[in-house]
Amino acid sequence: MSTFLGIPRSRGRGHAPVADEPFGAVPHPDEPLRWGEDFPAAARQALQNTQLRRNLAHATSTIRAKRAAVVGEVPDWEALRDAGSAIKTDVMARLPELLEELERNVTARGGVVHWARDADEANRIVADLVKARGADEVVKVKSMATQEIGLNEALAAEGIAAHETDLAELIVQLADDMPSHILVPAIHRNRAEIREIFLERMGDVPPDLSDVPRELAMAARAHLRRKFLSAKVAISGANFGVADTGTLTVVESEGNGRMCLTLPETLITVMGIEKIVPTYTDLEVFLQLLPRSSTGERMNPYTSLWTGVTPGDGPQEFHLVLLDNGRTDVLADEVGRAALHCIRCSACLNVCPVYERVGGHAYGSVYPGPIGAILTPQLTKGSGGLGGHGDPNASLPYASTLCGACYEVCPVKIDIPSILVELRAREVDADRGGLPTGWGAAMKAASFVMSDARRFELAEKAAGLGRMVAGPKGRISTLPPPASAWTRSRDLPAPAEQTFRDWWRTEHVAPDPPADPRAVPPSVPPSGGDPGSDAEGGAR
Amino acid sequence: MRIALAATCIGDVMFPQAPRATVRLLERLGHEVHVPDGQACCGQMHVNTGYMAEAVPVVRNHVEAFSPVLDGEWDAVVVPSGSCTGSIRHQQGMVCRRAGLDALGARAEAVAAKTYELSELLVDVLGVTDVGAYFPHRVTYHPTCHSLRMLHVGDKPLRLLRAVEGIDLAELPGAESCCGFGGTFALKNAETSTAMLADKMTSVKSTGAEVLTAGDSSCLMHIGGGLSRIRAGVRTLHLAEVLASTRDTPPAAATTGSSGTTTRAGGAR
Repeated sequence: MSTFLGIPRSRGRGHAPVADEPFGAVPHPDEPLRWGEDFPAAARQALQNTQLRRNLAHATSTIRAKRAAVVGEVPDWEALRDAGSAIKTDVMARLPELLEELERNVTARGGVVHWARDADEANRIVADLVKARGADEVVKVKSMATQEIGLNEALAAEGIAAHETDLAELIVQLADDMPSHILVPAIHRNRAEIREIFLERMGDVPPDLSDVPRELAMAARAHLRRKFLSAKVAISGANFGVADTGTLTVVESEGNGRMCLTLPETLITVMGIEKIVPTYTDLEVFLQLLPRSSTGERMNPYTSLWTGVTPGDGPQEFHLVLLDNGRTDVLADEVGRAALHCIRCSACLNVCPVYERVGGHAYGSVYPGPIGAILTPQLTKGSGGLGGHGDPNASLPYASTLCGACYEVCPVKIDIPSILVELRAREVDADRGGLPTGWGAAMKAASFVMSDARRFELAEKAAGLGRMVAGPKGRISTLPPPASAWTRSRDLPAPAEQTFRDWWRTEHVAPDPPADPRAVPPSVPPSGGDPGSDAEGGAR
Repeated sequence: MRIALAATCIGDVMFPQAPRATVRLLERLGHEVHVPDGQACCGQMHVNTGYMAEAVPVVRNHVEAFSPVLDGEWDAVVVPSGSCTGSIRHQQGMVCRRAGLDALGARAEAVAAKTYELSELLVDVLGVTDVGAYFPHRVTYHPTCHSLRMLHVGDKPLRLLRAVEGIDLAELPGAESCCGFGGTFALKNAETSTAMLADKMTSVKSTGAEVLTAGDSSCLMHIGGGLSRIRAGVRTLHLAEVLASTRDTPPAAATTGSSGTTTRAGGAR
C-alpha cells in the first residue's frame, strides 16, 4: 500500500479505459480486490449519483420481493439452510483431502488439474494454455473467480481477447466498467444507459436500436452468437466442484454459459478451492438454496454439469485451475473462515440497506456488499487488507449498521454481523501500539467510565453541561467535530435534566422495601433533589 | 414478580423517560421493580466498534451488578432495549471468552438467560398483551433491527400496542429496513447513515402518525434527531412510554422530535 505523507494514495487505477470515460469513472483497477478510496469516501461519492440510487432501489427491491416469495413457499427452508451450513463446515474441516479427491477424479475422467497459489499464477496458467492452443480470443462464462484475479486484463496483456458472454458482464465489459454486484454486475445501469453502451461499443448493432429490453437482448444475442461459433477456447468459473465424482457445475439463466461449456474445443475452469462439495448428492441441497436465494427463481434455467472429457461430446480438452489467492489464510481463521461458505448467491447484497444506497463500486472490490465486507479484507490480509495502517480495505468491516438482514437471508447461514464485529476487533488490535487514534482514546476513556457506576454517575453530571449547549429548546443542532458528523443531519437531544438513576433514588418510592440492601444502597442521598427537574411542575 | 431493571446507559443519561415508564408500567401490573445500583452499561458500543479488550470491564461490571438474579434475589432482568438485550445475550459471553475469561463468560451467559427485552418480558414471561394502557394518538411502530433479527421478538410489540385503548396504529411502510443508526456507523459513515435515515423518515411521514414508537431509545434518538431537524411534527416515544400511559398519566408533553426533557409522569404518587 503506497502512502504519501502517511495518507494512503488512491489505489491503482490501472490503464485508463478511454480518455473521456463516457460511461462512468470506474476504470479497470490493477487490484480487483482493492481499488478506489476507502469506503466512507467512496460511498459519499456514490450517494450523489441519483441515477445509481434509483436504479439500485428499483432493482434490489424487485429481487428482494421475488426471493421472499419463492423462499416462503419452501416448508423446509430452515432445514435446507442448516444442511448447507453443515456441508460447508465439513468441507472447510477437511479441505485438503477433498481437493485431492477432486483432483484424482477429474484426472481419472480425462481432465487436467492445475494448482494456483495466487492471481498471477492462475493468470499465467490460463494464458499459457490459451496460447498453446494458438488462440487469440476466448469466450467466457460469468465468473467471480476470474474477476477476482483480473484474468481478462492479464489475457489482454498477452494479446488474447476475452469476450464476456453473460449479458450483464458484456455490458460491463463494453463500458470498460467494473461489476457492482455479484449476480447482476450491471445492476447500476438502466436500459437507456445500456442502449448507449451498445451503440457506442458493440460495433455490430443496428443504428436504430431502441432501449426496449427485448431489442437490447436480441442485439447482444446476435453479437454473442458470432463469438460462440468462432471461439476455440472457453473459460468458466464453477459454482460447485464435486469431490467424489470430479464433476463441475455452473448454474445460470441465459444459456450463454451452456454455449461456452459445450461448443469450444477446450474448456478451462478456474475455481476457488472453497467451492468444493464432498458428494454428488450434496448438490441436492445447494441447487435448491442457490436459485431461490439469488435470482428468486424456483430453479435456474440452465444447470450444466460436466465430468472430465466425454469423447465426441463437448470440449475434448478440460483444464481445472484450483485457485487459492488468500483462501488458506481465511481458512486458518476460526471465526473468519465461515466467509468461505459463501455460494455467491448475492442475497445479502439485495437486502443490505447500505448496499442499496451506495452500490457495489463503493466497496472497492469485485466482492461488494456484506459478503464483500467480510471476504475482501480477509482475502487481502496478507497485503494489509485487515488492519494494515491506512489500507482502504480495513474500512470495509465498518460498512454496516449490523442490522442483521444479511444473516437472515444467507442460504448457508453465514453470521456476517458477528464476523464484521470480529474483523473490527482485528482491525483495532492491529492498530494498537502505534500512535493513539481519536477513536482509541475515546473508547478507552469510555471503558473506564462505563465499567463503574460511580464513575459513570460523575460523567453523567458532566454530561449535564450539554444542556447549556442545547439551550432552552433542549435541542442540539451543531457540535464540533467529530460529533458534527451527527449534527450535520440530525439534532441531538440535550442530556436529561435528571438522570434515571437520580430519579430512582430521590423520587421513586418502591412499593415494598427492597429485600436486599444492595438494591438501594445506604449511600442514597436524602430526597428532595433538583426542584427544576420536574417539567410538570410543582405537584410535589 | 421481582424484576431488576437495566436502565441502559443511554436510558439513564439521555432518555430517562424510557426506564421510568418501564418502572411505572411494571409496578402498575403489580410487580416489584429493583434498580441495581452498580449498573452502568452492557458494553455493546465497545464490542460493535471492535474494542473488545475495553469492553471486558464494562461487561464484568454489568454481570456483577445483575448476578444476584442467579441467587434468586430477582426473578428476571428487564431491559427496555432490543439492542442492549441482544448484546447481553449474544455478545457478552463471547467477549469474555475471547479474553480468556471463561468463568466470567459462563456467568454472563447465565445472567443473560434470565434477561429479557421489555416486550419479551411482558408477553412471554408475564403473559400479558393488554397492559391497560390508554393512548389516544396516531402511532406508527418501527421494529428495530436487533429486536427483530437478533432477538426475534416478532409481533410482540405490535400485539402490546394493538391492545392499547384509543390508539390509532398505522403500519409503517418498509418497517423492517434499518434506520441507518448502527452506533458509531452514524459517525463513521455519516452520509450513508443519513441516506438511510432520509428513507426511514419518508416512510414515517407517509403514515400520518404523530408519534413514532420503538423498543430502542438509540434508534429513536437517530430517527427522532432527523425528524426534529426537519421539524417534521412527529415525536418519538419509547414503547414503554406508550404502554405506561394511562388516562391519569399521559407520557411526556408533546414536543416534536426526540427530547431528553424529563417529564415526571408519577403525579399519582
